[in-house]
Parts: sequence; structure tokens; C-alpha cells
Amino acid sequence: MKVSLTVNGERREADVWEGESLLFALREGLGLPGSKNACEQGECGSCSVLLDGALVCSCLVLAAQAEGHDVVTVEGFAEDGRLHPVQEAFAEAGAVQCGFCTPGLIVATADLLARNPAPGDDEIREALAGNLCRCTGYAKIFDAVRLAAARRA
Amino acid sequence: MGETVRRADAVPKVTGEFAYASDLHAEGMLWGHTLRSPHTHARIVELDISQALAMPGVHAVLTHADVPGKKTYGLDFDDQPVLAIDRVRYLGEPVALVAAEHPEQARRAAERIRVEYEPLEPVVDAERATQQEPLHAENPTAGHGFRDDPRPNVVRSIVIRHGDPDTEGEVSVSGVYELGLQDQAFLGPESGLAVPDGEGGVDVYVATQWIHVDRDQVAPCLGLEPEQVRIHLSGVGGAFGGREDLSMQIHGALLALHTSRPVKIVYSREESFVGHVHRHPAKIWAEHRATKAGRLVCVRVRILLDGGAYASSSTAVTANAACFACGPYRVDNALIESTCVYTNNPPCGAMRGFGAVQGCFAHEAQMDKLAAELGIDPVELRMLNALEPGDTLPTGQRVTGSFPVAEVIRRAAELPVPEAEELPRDPIRLPGGAGNTTRGQGIRRGVGFAVGFKNVCYSEGFDDACSAGVRLWRDAGGELAAEVRCAAAEVGQGVNDVILQVARTELGTENVALAPASSRGVGSSGSASASRLTWMAAGAVRLACGDALAELEAGRAEVDLERTYHHPRTTPLDPETGQVTGEKAHVAFVCAAMRVVAEVDVELGLTRVVWIGTAQDVGRALNPRAVHGQIEGGIAQGLGLALMEEIQTRDGLITNASFTDYLIPTALDMPPVDAELVEVEEPDAPYGAKGVGEPPTVVSTAAVVSALRAASGRELTRVPVRPDELAGLG
Repeated sequence: MKVSLTVNGERREADVWEGESLLFALREGLGLPGSKNACEQGECGSCSVLLDGALVCSCLVLAAQAEGHDVVTVEGFAEDGRLHPVQEAFAEAGAVQCGFCTPGLIVATADLLARNPAPGDDEIREALAGNLCRCTGYAKIFDAVRLAAARRA
Repeated sequence: MGETVRRADAVPKVTGEFAYASDLHAEGMLWGHTLRSPHTHARIVELDISQALAMPGVHAVLTHADVPGKKTYGLDFDDQPVLAIDRVRYLGEPVALVAAEHPEQARRAAERIRVEYEPLEPVVDAERATQQEPLHAENPTAGHGFRDDPRPNVVRSIVIRHGDPDTEGEVSVSGVYELGLQDQAFLGPESGLAVPDGEGGVDVYVATQWIHVDRDQVAPCLGLEPEQVRIHLSGVGGAFGGREDLSMQIHGALLALHTSRPVKIVYSREESFVGHVHRHPAKIWAEHRATKAGRLVCVRVRILLDGGAYASSSTAVTANAACFACGPYRVDNALIESTCVYTNNPPCGAMRGFGAVQGCFAHEAQMDKLAAELGIDPVELRMLNALEPGDTLPTGQRVTGSFPVAEVIRRAAELPVPEAEELPRDPIRLPGGAGNTTRGQGIRRGVGFAVGFKNVCYSEGFDDACSAGVRLWRDAGGELAAEVRCAAAEVGQGVNDVILQVARTELGTENVALAPASSRGVGSSGSASASRLTWMAAGAVRLACGDALAELEAGRAEVDLERTYHHPRTTPLDPETGQVTGEKAHVAFVCAAMRVVAEVDVELGLTRVVWIGTAQDVGRALNPRAVHGQIEGGIAQGLGLALMEEIQTRDGLITNASFTDYLIPTALDMPPVDAELVEVEEPDAPYGAKGVGEPPTVVSTAAVVSALRAASGRELTRVPVRPDELAGLG
């Protein structure tokens, strides 16, 4: 079946199988592998995207459910080759090691800062508790969130 | 050198452009799927693929009969079938392969493969394994210079006898300790893309740790020459030892060569839990004898490791567990026995800390117990017994070079501990987080301490080497320019940045590019493991750059050369006594000390690690922020083993193969970490730098549990610690 949706501001069409997740459609059908496939059951947050502005795990959304909706993936954050401030902060703070969790964390952090421009440490930890990272122990990720927040202020 | 640099791959990783193995795509590619055994131990009576072959979209269904070359492979011993032949030995063992147009078609076709199994009695209790039927008719590890052990199902046993192991002390403490089965739980699942070259060979793009050893295992199974198989590193989503062994490499190549189409294989998370080896579960019996003043006089330790169904790197883990069993302390008399057995449990091999983690949990529990018995401060007891250069290890190896044990203890003990936090407080700051239903009346606070050490680089006589190539020329403006080739696997640890730092430093130009890591065009780098790549890759790149620069300065327009670096030779341990047969069995050591503050709700058995302070021996920090990142991340994995991480099995069957049920630390579980880098340059290492990835993982499990003991007053002899044990119900 065909689904048509807006991805990173562009109208796109994808040919999907009925049981296919939005994550699979993005990665394999639309050439946007930035959203990652780590657990595929909504536990790790690596596949986080914004669906009509709401933070979701794209592995838990059927591609068919996204019909007519607006999706923003990590690939939609940089503009004209300029990094989004959250991306810049992650690169600068050393928040990236293997980087597999990074796209999901970029999306989740941008969502957090949109809701709460100056989050406290506990608020950061709670907001990002749904995004697993196996490399960093999270310390530099928290640094990156604080850095991005400070620069917005 | 010595200054923090931004990762070369930071920008593509934050934009989503960085291509991990599971992101790869090729025109006309098929999807591979692996049919796996649902049994821990069974004979295969019949295998019928006809229905699967007839399913829509299916291009190939392969079994062991389709493996054109060697039917078995293995990292150190080729005891593992490429596809099960007549028997399966663990849950998830690969039995057949399917290639189809869509991954769902491949999965459905695999369901139509009819396999008739005759279940066999599984060997699942490591303590009984040596009295049961052998799982491998001929012991695959026999005849490799190890101690002769006639018991069935012994992968390796090692005995270290040092001084007089019957020496009595004025006091003695004993304990039995256990560690559960830990998973590397890297986020990027095992994945790769195999592309046939049209001339009978194949290129495999894969997330791995040791490109050349992958090639050397893959080619013979395909019946090909090594040059016909090219392994290329694609983006690696974490490794931690779990990618040392093969996953999809041979399978993908078989399907690609059979269909003449590119074939991509991506494991699911559930499949990943059976798709790689794990950390060895262990049981350790320890007795420490000391003088009343606290000097260790004799240590006796027996270690039992469950190796699972295949050998992987278990023989080296067995030796490491023995070599570091006493901790970084002076022990003149010791008897250490370490045995690894084959079972039908999930196969085990390399994981960050590699045998030292298990021993550290036991020896540090023993040191705390001894301190309590003697009424001596636990830090003081450790300081009193700390090894220093010139001392002798239980293997008879004299410690040389950089090994600042007392210094890491002192620095960690001096780190200021945060003040106790008042109640009431936000529930997310209670033990157990928002799930805690009390007012905090049962919260007890404890401070724990632990010290540990392990080897850097490969040991026991292994010819540990790393190659690097450099092409060096002057560009149009007369400036130096270079391209460096090295097969070192960037798995997230930052080795590519070390390579670039070294090349830029040695060549005196920023104009250096690093070629993609591949088995084509450069020799082996050795593995991204054993905390060895900073040392080894830096050695190789420095050597190649130095020679290239000298040749260019001698008047050549362009130089292209390759050099291979070896660290000082080690020698094997004597198979009978466990004593060194030369100067050293390990080339060098790294140590760390850690102080932990934890809270336990003793009514609910819930925990909160409040703060961790550590001082770590790093030789010299080449890229300090990356070193801190390794320490923080390494601590998280050890904290996970202490508190939550365990693959649960029932008769060898895994019951929690998902991130819903196998828990790893989240942003709410990790406390702030204060890390001090102790820099005492290692004379044998390039730039004095030692690897840094493993010590935090070695020590943090022991340190966290030490704090939980101090808080709860419970003995806590098993990790992960369970709530019922903390609440006194266990």
C-alpha cells in the first residue's frame, strides 16, 4: 500500500507493507536511516522522531498511521548545512561515542528544550530516561543539554 | 597530543548521516534471515527446506550442506558450525539461512523450514559440567599448550601456585561469590551487507572489532583465498567485546555468493541476545589469610567460569581471571585455580574487563570483609597491601613500568563525598525513583571503595601487532599532505582521533586524512579490545609517519609505506605451575580505584547510587575528554552488572531477550562521576599512553556493591544484587 506524508517539510510517498513500522518506512523506503533500529519495541528511544510535533518512537508507529501527518527526523534538524544548536552542543560536549543513540537523543533534547528552555538536572535526567545510551554513562550528554540550553538563553 | 580534540565523526553522527552497518543499502539487495535453534541441546533428525524455497520472494535457503569450505569456525578454536550440522548446542544456534526480497518474506520463509529435533539432556549447571557427557567429542582446546585436564567439558583450567599456599595467617576470611550473565547490549544490532564481486569473491561491510581475523575465519568457510574476501568496517554501534566473534559475516557472504545479489542482514534485538558471546557468569570461592596488622600472607581462590557452548576467547578469559584474582596487592603465597567449562548455556567470550571483572568483585568483597574482621579502615588496608613496581605478582612476573596503585587509592579516597541529602525530596531522587512508595524512612546511606587492575594488550606470548600505512606527499602549495591507512576498528571509543592526533603530531601538518578501515590495502591492526588500540595504533602510526617523513626528506616526491609495530614480547605461563616462563606474561597493567556513595531503602530493597568518584591510571591521557568519556561509560556498565543486568536463563533458554526485560542503566540510574586521571607515563608505550576503556568496568561493580553492603549491612555475595537480598528476604 502507498502512504503519503510530510517528512522534514517535504511531501513524500512510500510503498509499505501493512505491518511495517514508520521507522522501517523511513529507513528503508524513504532513504532516511538517521532514525535508528536498536530495540524496535519502544524501550531505547533510538528511533525518536517528531510526529505532528510530538516526540514518538517511530518503531511503535505503523507507517500507515503516519498517512497525512507531519514527521521530523534527525535529518531535518540541520539547515543549509548549519547544525541545529542541539547537534552543535552534542558534537562539542563530547556527548557522542558510537553515536547510535545520538539521533534519538538530538530529537528528544530538542523536544525537551522546546517545552522547557532551562531544565534542571533532574528534569534533564527524567526527560532523557527513555533514551538508552550504552557508551557514555550520560554525563557528557547532560553537559550537551546544558550547553544547548545555555546558548538558547 | 594530550589536548582534547573533537571527534572526527561527531558531525556526521549528530546529523544522522553516519552510515552504520544496519543503514547500508545496495541496488538489488536481498534480505537475509537466520533460522535458529529453539533448543539448548538437540540432535537434528531431519531438515526440509522445500516449502521455504517455494515461498514468495525467496531466492535462497541454505543449510550446512551449502557451506562450500570448512564447516566450522571460531575466534581462537574452530569449534562452532557455520550452520548446525547434526546437533545444536545452545538456544539460538544458526541452523539455516534465507534470502528474500523483503525481510518479512525471509522471516516467514524461515518459519516454513521444517526441522525435526530430538532434544538431548542439556548441560546447564557449570558445577556439574565436568561430570557430564562431553558436548564436544574431541576437546577443541586440547593440545594448545594448556594444562592437561582430563575432565569432560573443560575449555581450559589453569593453576597458579606461588610461594607456599599452605601458609597460615593470624586471621582468615572466606566467601563464595557469584556473577550473573551480562550482555554487552550495544545499541547497534549485528548487521552487515555482503556484496558479490562477480568474480567469485565477496566484499562484506560489517560492524566488527577485528577486520583481518574476520577475514581469516570467513574465507576458509567459503572455500576462498583470503584476498577474495574483503572485510570493510562500516559504522559500529558499540562493541564492548561482543563483536570480536563473527555474527553475520559468513552467512551474508554465503547468501550473496549463492544468489549473486548483495545481501543485507540486520539482527533484531531478541536475535542480538543470541547473536554474540557474553560475559562469563562465574562462581568464586576465596580465602584470604593475613596478619593482625593487615598484611596479606596467603590467598586461595577457585574460579569457575561458564563458557557456554563454544570456546570463543574463553581460554584467555580463564587466564585473565586467574592472573588478576588477588587484585593489585602483594601476595607472596597463593593458590589460584581457574576453570572454564562448556555448557549448553549462551556462549561466552570477550566483554569489557575480560575476566578481571569477576575476580575484582570477589577480591574486593574479601578485602572489605578482612578490614571489618581486623577493625582496619578498608582504604588503609588496601593501601597497606598495594602493589608497586618491583613487586612480584602471583605468576612470578615482576611489576615494571607505570603502575601507580597506591596513588590511585590515595587520590580516589581524597575525593570529597557529597553530603547526605535531606528528606522529603522529589521522588525521582529516592532509591527506586518514582517507584518508591515510602517517605524514605527506610533509607540508609553507605560509602564503598574498590580497587582493581588488569592487563593492557594481548598476553601469554601472543604476537601482538598493529600495521599502519602512510602515503605522504607535498601538495601544489608545497605543504605536506598525508593519507593514513589502518584497519583499527573505530567502535565509538575514539581510536580514529588518536590515529589522527599521532599522524598530525609526527608529520607536523593538519592535512591528514584517514582512509576507511578495511582488510584491503593494509595489514592487520589486531582487535579493538584488551585496552590495546591506543597503544598499538599509536605505535604503528608513529612508526610509519616517522619513516615516511624521513624518506620524503631524502628527496622523494611521494612516499607510500606500511609499518608494523609490536609491543615488547610476552611469554606463556607454565602449564603446570602458572608461573611466567620468561620475563612477563602481560606487557603492562592498568589500575583504578573508586569510591561510591549509595542509598538503600532497606524496607523495599531499592537502591540509588548517589555519587561515584574514581582515580584511574591512564599512563598519559592523549585526548582527555575521550578518556573521561571512557571512564564514565565504563562505570555505567559495571554499575549495570551490580544492580540490574542479567540474562536470565531457564535450562539454558533465555527468558529476557529484550530491552524491556534486560535492563541497562538509564539517565536516571547514573550518578555524577568525578574522575581523576593519574598520569604516570608507561615507558614501553608510545607517548606513555595506556588504554583506558576497561578499568572503570572492572572496578565499578565491586565498588557499587561495597557501598550497598555499607548501607544495608547485608553480605551481598551475588550480582546483580536483588531487592529481596537488600531487604533481607533473599
